[in-house]
Amino acid sequence: MKNTLTIARREIQAYFVSPIAYVVAAAFLAVMGYFFAMILYYSREATMRYTLGNMTTVLLFVAPILTMRLLAEEQRMGTIELLLTAPVKDWEVVLGKFLGSLTLYACMLGVSLYFPFVLTIVGNPDLGPIVSGYVGMLLLGGALLSLGVLTSSLTQNQIVSAVLGVVLIVLMWLVSALGDVTGAPLSGVFRYLALSEHFYDFFKGVIDTRDVIYYLSVIAAALFLATRVLETRRWR
Amino acid sequence: MIHVSNLTKHYGDFQALKNVSFDVAKGEILGFLGPNGAGKTTTMRILTGYMPPTSGTVTVAGYDVTTDSLEVRKRLGYLPETVPLYPEMTVWGYLDFMARLRGVDKRERRIDEAMEKVRIADHADVMIGKLSKGYRQRLGLAQALLHDPEVLILDEPTIGLDPRQIIEVRELIRGLAQDHTVILSTHILPEVSQTCTRVLIINEGEIVAEGTPERLMARLKGAERIFIQLAGADSDEARRLFQSMDGILAVDDKGNGAYEVECALGTDKRPEIARAVVNRGWGLLELRPVGMSLEEIFLKLTTE
Ligand SMILES: Nc1ncnc2c1ncn2[C@@H]1O[C@H](COP(=O)(O)OP(=O)(O)O)[C@@H](O)[C@H]1O
Ligand SMILES: [Mg+2]
Repeated sequence: MKNTLTIARREIQAYFVSPIAYVVAAAFLAVMGYFFAMILYYSREATMRYTLGNMTTVLLFVAPILTMRLLAEEQRMGTIELLLTAPVKDWEVVLGKFLGSLTLYACMLGVSLYFPFVLTIVGNPDLGPIVSGYVGMLLLGGALLSLGVLTSSLTQNQIVSAVLGVVLIVLMWLVSALGDVTGAPLSGVFRYLALSEHFYDFFKGVIDTRDVIYYLSVIAAALFLATRVLETRRWR
Repeated sequence: MIHVSNLTKHYGDFQALKNVSFDVAKGEILGFLGPNGAGKTTTMRILTGYMPPTSGTVTVAGYDVTTDSLEVRKRLGYLPETVPLYPEMTVWGYLDFMARLRGVDKRERRIDEAMEKVRIADHADVMIGKLSKGYRQRLGLAQALLHDPEVLILDEPTIGLDPRQIIEVRELIRGLAQDHTVILSTHILPEVSQTCTRVLIINEGEIVAEGTPERLMARLKGAERIFIQLAGADSDEARRLFQSMDGILAVDDKGNGAYEVECALGTDKRPEIARAVVNRGWGLLELRPVGMSLEEIFLKLTTE
């Protein structure tokens, strides 16, 4: 675990000197501010529900951009040779990378707490759905970032990594549509598998353990696969 | 300290290593000499646990690299061929990261010592992306030394350095040998004769020769050659004289009174030659054995 934190720490430091991280974070918050203002203005409802709902789509692109560098750049620069010959396990490397990106994302979410704070000034929001909504955003973000880590392990090229990430996420987002084609009973399975089917409850104020388990499973599976990819890279 | 036996490595259909076996004793500086593509980097990557061999075994300090990889890695310092640096970090930040990864005790002191050793301390706060090639190489070395490893594996440690830096790095490596076992690879010949206690010559994935630099030289000479510089001698007569002497196998007239003669291995014809020359009343300006340089050995080895 100490190694994981060492790697995560380096990753966070790297984000804070990287223009891409700043640009992405700023864009994320700007878009969120725009949604927040428009929704507040037209709906006059003291809720984060619709803002967060819109942000899920933005996240779909933001996550792979945050993760594209993580393993791809190590492979391109040859620094992966350093990590894989240090007394560190492969999964510690992968988990450290993931935690690094998750920390940055959590910081972005943290800054965005400014918007619900505004709600408490202008209105009287129900705090329950806001808390559960942010839990949902963190879990969904974590799942998307882990998929980004996975695609970053597959290539030496950051752009390829980001594009693959978006493609993979969109496929897993839309997989519920397959259910409409096959019909029951498979449709239930496909719906459960889709990234897009598990956050609405959070935004409404309900934390369903099935949804939590779903996102945690996606994270575990993606990081496991990324570790395997790293291991098989050794065999080439 | 290091024991390698019957190592083979395939990249797809291509066989990069063919039955490589060798041992390295504690405190040795083993030079891994071979042209580009010989398999030096491949061997080192297997030794460091970066990639597994196709077959064969490697043990470092008693631990097998495939089954006890982490134990081996704890005891190794490794400088890969492309020095693995993060351009956005400072020298100090990078060494701190590596020290943490390696679980080094008394981090700050060890980092200072390593920086001192490779003389980079005055650049501690410089961004790695702004370092010159020489400093990058030194930083790579510092990283490998941080945890005071028992075994150091250096892949072409002097590549891309200017002559002064090369001399510095070689001195540094020689200084390390007292308490470290070192394997370094190079495709530059003078490097091994100046730095290493033992040399292993590798070509197309096979070890073709092994020994101390001196022993290798002697073994490959096959014959002794003597250089002679005469003054006031008739060239035909001198050649006939040398040819007539017992034990001289060949005479090479270099012009201007210079000759190289080849004698049977283990004989020294210099006293006889000197006497004969002086008896004729010629001047003897020079008389010395010619050792084939490692360069020539190398050309021979890799062209055979
Ligand atoms: N990852 C790889 N995939 C395929 N072939 C490789 C790979 N790495 C090295 N080789 C080949 O293996 C041979 C030995 O390479 P290497 O160990 O790098 O040699 P050296 O370090 O002595 O120059 C070369 O012919 C090289 O092209
Ligand atoms: Mg090489």
